[in-house]
Parts: sequence; C-alpha cells; structure tokens
Amino acid sequence: MTVATLGRRSPTRTARTATTRAQARSGWLFVVVPLVLFAVFILLPVLIAFILSFTDYAIIGDTAWVGLENYGRILGDPFFWISLRNTAFYTALYVPLGLVVSLGAALLLNRSVRVARLFRTLFYIPVVSSTVATAAIWFWLLNPQYGLVNAGLGVFGIEGPAWLYDAQWAMIAIVLMSVWAGFGVNMIIFLAGLQGVPVELVEAAKLDGAGPWRVFFHVTLPALSRTMFLVVTLLIISAFQVFDQAYVLTKGGPANSTLTFVYYIYDRGFGRLEMGYAAALSFVLFLIIIGFSVVNARITNAKAVS
Amino acid sequence: MSAGTLVPGITQGADAAGPPDAPRPHRGGRRPPTARRVIGTSAWYVGVILVSVATVLPLVWTLATSFKPGSEILSNYLQLLPDEPTLDNYREVFARTPFARYLVNSFVIAIGGTITNVVLGSMAGYALAKLKFQGRKVAVGLILGSMMVPAVVTMVPTFLILRFFPLVGGNDLTGQGGIGFINSYAAVLIPFAAGPFALFFMRQFFLTLPDELGEAARIDGASEARIFWQIYLPLALPGAAVLGVLTFQAGWNSFLWPLIVLNDPQMMTVQVGLASFINEYETAYGPLMAGTVMATLPVLLIFVYAQRHIIQGFATSGVK
Repeated sequence: MTVATLGRRSPTRTARTATTRAQARSGWLFVVVPLVLFAVFILLPVLIAFILSFTDYAIIGDTAWVGLENYGRILGDPFFWISLRNTAFYTALYVPLGLVVSLGAALLLNRSVRVARLFRTLFYIPVVSSTVATAAIWFWLLNPQYGLVNAGLGVFGIEGPAWLYDAQWAMIAIVLMSVWAGFGVNMIIFLAGLQGVPVELVEAAKLDGAGPWRVFFHVTLPALSRTMFLVVTLLIISAFQVFDQAYVLTKGGPANSTLTFVYYIYDRGFGRLEMGYAAALSFVLFLIIIGFSVVNARITNAKAVS
Repeated sequence: MSAGTLVPGITQGADAAGPPDAPRPHRGGRRPPTARRVIGTSAWYVGVILVSVATVLPLVWTLATSFKPGSEILSNYLQLLPDEPTLDNYREVFARTPFARYLVNSFVIAIGGTITNVVLGSMAGYALAKLKFQGRKVAVGLILGSMMVPAVVTMVPTFLILRFFPLVGGNDLTGQGGIGFINSYAAVLIPFAAGPFALFFMRQFFLTLPDELGEAARIDGASEARIFWQIYLPLALPGAAVLGVLTFQAGWNSFLWPLIVLNDPQMMTVQVGLASFINEYETAYGPLMAGTVMATLPVLLIFVYAQRHIIQGFATSGVK
C-alpha cells in the first residue's frame, strides 16, 4: 500500500500541475471577452468621464482644460439645485412607499396555499412592461377628464387633480407609477427573505401571547434586516437614476417640477452637447449614490449589532 | 405476483385510513373552520384580489382601449368592452410610423443581446465559479464593483468611444470622418454583450453545482472544454434559460441607451418609437394604446410562459 502510494506520487504531481495549467488557460480563455468589454465600456468610460469633467469638451470646437470650473459652476447652477431637489423629493416618496408596498405584498403572499402562487404572478405582471409602456398606460389612466384614476376618485366624491399637468402633482404621479411598475421585483426578494424567518421563533412568540403586530415587529422584521438592506439599497440606487417616465411624459415640466438629475445630465450632455459639464454632473451623482449606500450600510449594521 | 399483491394492499390501506381520519379534528393542518379563520381567509382573498385588480386592470384597460374606435374612446371611456371593436388603431400605428421596422429592430437587439449574454455569461460565470486560475478573485471583484457604477457616469464616454471607434462606420484610423458605431445595432449590442449581471447570475448558478463532478472527470482525463460543455453546461441550462428570458426582457424594454445611439428613424426601437408617439400625437389615445399593446405583448407572452422560473431565478440571484 505504502509502496504503491509512494511510487505514484511524482506522476500525480506532474499530472496535477498539467491540469492546473490547463485550468488556468481555459479560465482566462473563458473570461477574456467579458473582461475586454469591461475594460473598454466600463473602466475606460469612468476614466474618460473623470478627465472630461475637468474640460469644456463639446464634440465640436476646441477643447480646453478648465480645472475645477465645471464643479464650481454646478454649485451656482439653479437647474442643478432644482433637479437635485426634485430627485430628493422623488426618492423621499419612492423609497418608503416602494418598501412598504413590496413588503406588504410579500407578507400577504407568504402563505402555503396554492392560490398564493397565482396571485404572485398577477402581482408581478407590471414588472414585465417597459417603463415607456408603463408611462403610456398611466398617461391614459391619469388623464384628468377621461382617465380611470380620476373616475375612480369621483366615485368617492373626490375631484382628482390634473396629475401630469399640475406642477404639484406631476412628480407624485411619477412616483405612483414607478411603485406600481417596480414593487414586484422587491416583493419577490422579500418573499425569499421571509423563507429564512425561523418558524419556531414565530411559534414561540405566539405561544407567549404576542399578537400579530408584536410578532411582526419583534420577530419577522429583525430577521429580515439583511433583505431590508438589499431592498433599500436597490430602491435608492434606482430612485436617484429616475429618467424614463419624466422624459417620456412631462419633458421635465410642468414648471421644471419633474426635471430629475439624470434627465438634467442627459439634457446637458446630449441636448446641448456640454459633455464636460455633463460628466462633472454625473460624478456628483456617483458620489451621492455612494454616500447614501455607505450611510445605509452603517445604519443597517448598527441595527444588526444592537 | 408481488405487484398484484402490492397494489390492492395500497388501496386497501388508503381505504382503511379514510374513515378513521374524519373524527379526528385536530390532526395536521385541517382544523375545523372557526369563525375567526373564515373571516381571516376572506379578508386575505379581498386583499389579494384588490392588489391584483390594481396590477392587472391598467393592462386590461389598455388592451380594451386599443380596440375601441376613435369615437368611443372618450365618450365611452368608462365602458370596458368596445361597442364596435376595431383594428383601426393598429392600422393607424403602422400607417403613421415605421412601426414594423421598430419591431424588427427591437427583436434584433433583444435576441442578439440574449445570445451574447447567455453564451459569454455562461462561459465566464463557469470559469469564475469552477476554474482555479490566478487573478480570478480580482476579476470577480471587478464585476461586482462595476455593478455599482451608475449607467449615467459611463453614458457620455461610451457614446464617444462608439462614435470615434477607429475604422468603423466611415471613421479613419484616428476615429475621425464618420459616425463609428452610431445608428447601428452594434452600438447597443457591443457595450452590453456580456453585462456584469449575466456573469454574476451564471456564477451564482455554477457555485451551487458540486466541484466533485469536474474533479472526477479531470482524473479520467477529460479536457477542460469537455468538462464545461458536457458536464457542467447541461446542468446549468435551467439557469441559462432564466438568464435568457431576463436579458430578452431587459433588451426589449431598454430605453435610454437606444434613445442616445439610435436616432435614425429606421433604426429606432419600439420603446423609443412609442415614446415619441406620446409627444407627437398627444390626444391620439387609440393608436398610443395599440402601440403600447404591441410593445408589451412579446415580453408578456414570454413571461406567462416562463413565469415560475423567472420569479425563482430572480429570488435566488437577488438574495445570495
């Protein structure tokens, strides 16, 4: 036995190095195309954007190095502040609402009955339609005179607003349609998270006489903290990048009330070809998103520790 | 012989177990319905039906409006079914805009993106999950990191890279003179040919498969290509199928990037065409709804067909 193992030792080792080399070769072969694409279409663009943000590049005409001028200009740009305020308003409504609706829907569907699956599919359906289709559908539903929404409100004796034509309501309308269109994805993530809530803990709490609300706040919710962190992060990142609905429906109006941050970057970069300035704006957005993600991670970690 | 005795035995057992079950109310999940329970279940049904109405009714309304003649859309707006259903709205969409062309463009972009992402994503995802090579950790970190970069940051430079790509679309070696990849399918297909999501998703899938399969095959002398192609890939096909459906949806529904790089009317996608509809024919709800139906139908059909797998695939990739 020992002799046999000893005798076989060195061939195995060479064979092993050969397979290791073969693995490394095919490993690189398999990832080389995606890596090149990453280099050219993600890393290089980030680098170019950073450099562009210090220039007045505009495709046509001469380009000059302007240093920090673009960033200074941002601070004094009223439209930057308007777009930032609008995006913050959107985020402040969209994140909590999206969280409550998707968690509520997940709790509703977290039952071991067969029909729950059918309803899960029905709840998820809006996710399938594109943002443009969603916008078109809601454009019709929110028509002040002939739309289904105001007709429905009329049943309860409420006179609905002019929605997309009213500077006070346009952004709220966009929040509502975004929640409608997007909650299905987060609902599915919550449903998966709810599978991880220990059943024994819930049962024990119930035996101790805890009502459904106490069980939810003291058992279910703490067990969901990781899922919650993921969903809030996803919501914040998507909220700061809202563009499609505002572009399609209102072109930023009325009275700039739906001019979002990404829309403003798009308008500067591709509408007026001020690409250097647009690049600086996009870096500001990048920093804001990173900042919020870090804060969110800190809060979640602090909660998890306590 | 043994089968002959077994089958009656089972039926007998089932029969015998039947009656004694009834007088035992506290067994398993079947407790007698108490008033509280009935109220709870009915409340649950009311809740889920209300949410379902909110999610499905807008789409049904859109479909119904698309078949209403122009005279009925505003006058009969509260009536779901049209009195005189018509295809006029659909005809008008095709007469007013090159919508057939839009559909072709969207299909080319969605299917092309699906193929590249599934093929490249499977290969790279496999390598990053199952093959040991130097630099693998760095590559994984790079992919995860790139998922954090918002698309807006890379938007302007990616446009410039495609526009000034050397020796393409009339460009010379320095990237001047032509339009590069702009207004071609490649402008959408190439930058997103192997998205970080595809790699990440497939890697997660391959990680769930046991390492021993490959090791055993390696000892038997199988080549690396064969191990991937004949052992792991067949096992990963369910994951690849989910990825395929998700990327088709994403490609079909994408808006901002096609809006930027495809501005020739002949190259526009369904989504970009539909968006310009809203602005140009503001009050023409009939054709707008017809266009919306056509822009939604392909992804909706695929979803209905594959919904269970999509939802599960989403859940596993999202939580892990």
